[in-house]
Amino acid sequence: MAELLIKNGFVVDPSQKMNGDVADIAIRDGTIVEKVGSDAKVIDAKGKVVMPGGVDIHAHVAGPKVNAGRLMRPEDKLFKSPNAQEHYRVEMGFSIPSTFKTGYDYARMGYAFVMEAAMPPLHSPHVHEEIHDTPIIDEAALPVFANNWFVMEYLKKEEIENTAAYVAWLLSATKGYGIKLVNPGGTAAWAWGLNCLSIDDPVPFYDITPAEIIAGLIKTNEYLGLPHSIHIHQNSLGVPGNYKVTLDSLKIAEGVKANNKFDREQVMHSTHIQFHSYGGDSWANFESKAKEVMDYVNTHRNITVDLGCVTLDETTTMTADGPFEHHLNSLNHLKWANTDVELETAAGVVPYVYDKDIKVCGIQWAIGLELGLYAKDPSRTFITTDHPNAGPFTRYPRVIKWLMSQKAREATLDSLKYCSKVIDATDLHGIDTERTLYEIAQMTRTGPAKALGLSHVYGGLGPGLDANVAVYDLDLNNMPTDPEEIEKAFSRALWFVKSGQVVVKDGEITHHGNKRTVWVHAKVRENHQVTRDIQDKFLKNYTLGIGNYPVWDHLAPNPYVIEVDGEA
Amino acid sequence: MATIRMKPVKTPDLFLECFCISPDVFAGKTPTEISRLEVREGKARNELGDFFDIAGSSGKTAEETDIFIDGDCSRVKYIGSKMTAGSVTVNGNADMYVGGWMKGGSIHVRGNVDSFCGLAMEGGEIQIDGNAQNYVGCAYRGDWRGMRGGTIRINGSAGNDIGTFMLGGTIIIEKDAFIHISTHAEGGTVVIKGDVQSRVGGQMVKGDIYVFGTIEHMLPGFKEIGTVDKNILGQSMKFRHFIGDLGERHPKKKGREIYGNLYLRAS
Ligand SMILES: [Zn+2]
Repeated sequence: MAELLIKNGFVVDPSQKMNGDVADIAIRDGTIVEKVGSDAKVIDAKGKVVMPGGVDIHAHVAGPKVNAGRLMRPEDKLFKSPNAQEHYRVEMGFSIPSTFKTGYDYARMGYAFVMEAAMPPLHSPHVHEEIHDTPIIDEAALPVFANNWFVMEYLKKEEIENTAAYVAWLLSATKGYGIKLVNPGGTAAWAWGLNCLSIDDPVPFYDITPAEIIAGLIKTNEYLGLPHSIHIHQNSLGVPGNYKVTLDSLKIAEGVKANNKFDREQVMHSTHIQFHSYGGDSWANFESKAKEVMDYVNTHRNITVDLGCVTLDETTTMTADGPFEHHLNSLNHLKWANTDVELETAAGVVPYVYDKDIKVCGIQWAIGLELGLYAKDPSRTFITTDHPNAGPFTRYPRVIKWLMSQKAREATLDSLKYCSKVIDATDLHGIDTERTLYEIAQMTRTGPAKALGLSHVYGGLGPGLDANVAVYDLDLNNMPTDPEEIEKAFSRALWFVKSGQVVVKDGEITHHGNKRTVWVHAKVRENHQVTRDIQDKFLKNYTLGIGNYPVWDHLAPNPYVIEVDGEA
Repeated sequence: MATIRMKPVKTPDLFLECFCISPDVFAGKTPTEISRLEVREGKARNELGDFFDIAGSSGKTAEETDIFIDGDCSRVKYIGSKMTAGSVTVNGNADMYVGGWMKGGSIHVRGNVDSFCGLAMEGGEIQIDGNAQNYVGCAYRGDWRGMRGGTIRINGSAGNDIGTFMLGGTIIIEKDAFIHISTHAEGGTVVIKGDVQSRVGGQMVKGDIYVFGTIEHMLPGFKEIGTVDKNILGQSMKFRHFIGDLGERHPKKKGREIYGNLYLRAS
């Protein structure tokens, strides 16, 4: 029996309402337990902060569009790829790191779980091969549904039961985790060179609106009782004035109650909300509507959000929102990749430089932080950068620094070329809120774990949970006055224990961990209609046979399967 | 001025990655310290002193430091890369990336250089007495930010992809060049004194190209607009003036579109 005792740290674990209590964390065989024997290996965490392993609810870390980004941006690796070190593999890249660098960097930050936020179902084998190739962290992937021919055809006729049977089949076939929506209807419209910029824009040919797709998929999700809610990238991303579309979309969830056995309370997770909180009607009068959006989120408990903070870096945007990437390319004239994924979705990739000398970028940066500071319930508001769209995930420690320190925010604000214009267009300058370590733990651990329906595995340090424990070089009673120390501490965990195994010591990788792939198996009644429809579409429309579609088991060799009884 | 003298004593089996051969790195170091600088041969770590005898002295700053390499560096990459001042002279050939990302100072190679000479250069001067392979003064693979300033002069001929994504500075090829000149350029000047085969100025937005010899195949995106007299590098000549690439986007200045200029010597 492998036993480990992390002694005397300041434990910050909102799942147990522990706010810096000095306590020991006992681990046996990968699980947190009440106590261990006297032979347990001891880690001295005296004077240091101890948190559950981080949970990232939304990042693009594996799959064809990530790889397209790597292929089209060799310059992303230039001078950012340290030579191989003793215990680990070569690491490459910055905004689109190699699989190894992805696993290592998350581990160094003390993260245990990452959700790949957009899996094109047809390419799910590729997604899983990359997940398998990414060491240490547990991962899951959300297949995209909101531009899928089956879904649009069923929902047009309001056939929730059929949609549910199809969703259940696809989750199993792709080893997916839940229902992702990206620009509902808009990506399908892109096949005609069009887009859906409001929730009432009809999708060409399908005679259905984004609003109907969103409402239908919420019903489907709760019908099945999936662990996660629908996870939506709304229409009109990145467009000045889009906050109205955002509020319209959020309102679709009004009055809907969560139905699941996983302790999840929300019915809609609205992702990278920063990109959806824009006012003005052009880039000239572009301004923040963070307050309006967050006021709504604050008063509606059945909604969760993640921030999608702009980090002011050179990065690579990638999304299943094909029309948006085309639009972005016409703004910056850099490289553009675009693809159509048969009956399911599309995607685009464009490099982007969030330049401190550009007014719009400064305003975007401020909006992300305003949202994080306006949130009344940090356990429903999660830290992300929509990696790599608004910035690389390796900047989470920097986002944490900005949220925890007004001094750090002001220093960055001062460094912007159009500082006074950014101050005029946002409220950030006037906000003196500083997030506490407890709130940061809610925003990066407890909150996202609960929203994913995974609070029985991740996001806490209570007995029975997976033993993912991060120790940071922060003294709760003597927090650093220099905010840079906060960023440094969260960038390089002193210790990180993943599933009971020490994988990081002093910020360096010591072990390749015991990586798992998490996916959902939803059991539904046999549905002959849907079975026939699937066979029919594979015969008539897909370019491959149905036998070659599902992800083979050997591509996800360490599965952690969540069983859902959709028949009940 | 102080000079560090290096003499190659061993030919690497693979290729040596010598980011350290730069006045900026050598300045203020003794020959012994310099000989201990890390160089990579594939994944193997070596010391510079394993491959070169190092003597002489360095200046306090890069500006006061000259480096003289007496011998063949055909398997030595990155000579003078990122340097900001001082000088490097190679009495022989050099491999890839001579003067890559260079900001100032001067480099003189008395033999030939391989590809990527003056890659993404920002300032300073590079003089190559022999020929250059491909990618003279171009952007790093994938990057859209090419050469911004400085001068590269190749006394012989050069291969393909010269001045790709160029934004500023001057490239002079005394003899011939193969294909792809100033592709995607948004500034800068390329002078080819000999002949070019084809693909001159493809997707060029701004900038100038001079060809003293012939272009075997012109790109269809260039349009002839007249004949001009120009004084270039001290020579007055009559050129046929083409603008392009008409298939590319072009910025406007005072309501008029700005094009790339291709000047082909009138026969
Ligand atoms: Zn995303």
